[in-house]
Amino acid sequence: MKNIYLDNAATTQVDKEVVKEINKYFTLEYGNPSEFHRLGINAKKALLLARENISKFLNAKKDEVYFTSSATESINLSHKGLIEAIITEGKIKKPHVITSSVEHKAVLETLNHLKKENKISISLIPVNKFGKIDLASFKRLINVDTVLVSIMYANNEVGTIEPIKEVGEYLRKINKKRKNKIYFHTDATQAINYLDCNVEKLNVDMLSFSGHKIHAPKGVGVLYVRDNTPIVRQIDGGNQEKGLRAGTENVPYIVGISKAISLIGKEKDRVHEISKLRDRLIKGILKIKGTLLTGDPDERIPSIASFIVKGIEGESMVLLLSQKGIYVSSGSACTSDKLTPSHVLKSMGIDAILSHSSIRFSLGKDTTSSDIDYVLEVFPKIVSNLREMSPIKI
Amino acid sequence: MSDIISDFYSTKLLKYVTNPKNMGKIKNPDGESIVGNPTCGDLMKYYVTIEKKNGEEYIKDIKFQTLGCGAAIATSSILTVMVKGKKVKDALKISKKAIAKALGGLPPVKMHCSVLAEDALKKAIENYRKKKK
Repeated sequence: MKNIYLDNAATTQVDKEVVKEINKYFTLEYGNPSEFHRLGINAKKALLLARENISKFLNAKKDEVYFTSSATESINLSHKGLIEAIITEGKIKKPHVITSSVEHKAVLETLNHLKKENKISISLIPVNKFGKIDLASFKRLINVDTVLVSIMYANNEVGTIEPIKEVGEYLRKINKKRKNKIYFHTDATQAINYLDCNVEKLNVDMLSFSGHKIHAPKGVGVLYVRDNTPIVRQIDGGNQEKGLRAGTENVPYIVGISKAISLIGKEKDRVHEISKLRDRLIKGILKIKGTLLTGDPDERIPSIASFIVKGIEGESMVLLLSQKGIYVSSGSACTSDKLTPSHVLKSMGIDAILSHSSIRFSLGKDTTSSDIDYVLEVFPKIVSNLREMSPIKI
Repeated sequence: MSDIISDFYSTKLLKYVTNPKNMGKIKNPDGESIVGNPTCGDLMKYYVTIEKKNGEEYIKDIKFQTLGCGAAIATSSILTVMVKGKKVKDALKISKKAIAKALGGLPPVKMHCSVLAEDALKKAIENYRKKKK
């Protein structure tokens, strides 16, 4: 049977070169970086090199890069840590945070937690029908107590790229005149593989991403924090990560995420090649009657092709494609634990019935042209079978 | 069935999604129904024909159409298999639990799909009785 993995926005296969690096630190260089014997020092060196490598990729200073267990943990640390520091400072009674309505749950639920504790107020930036934030509304939402703006770089469900550079530029400008600085965080989890993540160009103060979307393992993440950003650590214990995140460093996985970052730099053609395949997939699928593309038609990351297929429920498409060896994802309520439709599609003005019919193909560096051919051969048949099964005709 | 296994779809259920039995329409049915699930937007439609033998009502034929997830498709299909040729009064006694069991179990979050199938069958029979009057 075929094995066509088109769910790279969910997670990726770990690259063989990454595995090779990791294995070395499992079995040979397994020392604790806090120890002063040879094995400990070797592990510490590996940690330093990884930090340096990733900081170069981000155009950051090497001591501005922190390792965590996931992008979710990075976001919890940055958001909760910043708010705790600001509240402790005592200048602002109730800090105000601005985020977008299409963020990942990691951001939305972290902020909801702080709101439930009555520590912050939140404003959501509305998005247009393509899922792009409205810059004018964003600017209007800023007030004297605003301390944090958190906007994703690229959306995980529909692939739309958000105007991070514009937001960063605007904040840099107004921060010059403000009494209290507005810090800017971006969730770059889906972007890191494809977009320029130069923190100076983007004017971000914090940036998060994880390893498992870029061919490193699950269980490792990065948080970039600009110098002089106040943050209180959220995991207490030893003095690892310059006191910002306690717990023995996961050296093998940190070496792995660093290797994965190096591979992104090496494969510059990747963006162009994947974009071409994605465009062919989009063109082919839109030929099927009753389909529409979700997300921005032009400003989207190379990996994501997402659709509404009218008159069909998403999970049934996922199951039938899986039977044919094609692995994809859906934002249908039926595929969520709580049976709630996607908040991203809802924010874009897509009603619950239509979001029931959503499907996401996410390509990766291993996707081939013949994979796309096979999908375009199999998928239209699955769509017509399922429509035949449905009591309503589109 | 253990909790770990019941979190996933059984092989039997997946077979019913790939090759659902009794899928389609019946022309001029004796009874039909359409039920929907407001929680997730699923829609299920049943068509039945009834025949009488020795004063007893039997389900002669039954077909379904479903717009919904794997569990919705599989539950609506397997219920048609379970009741076809059976006495109407026995068919109405089949519970949502029995439907789930016939598929090798359903994940807890999908149990509402079997309720939908049970409901759709009842409504199709009600529709037949109404038409008869």
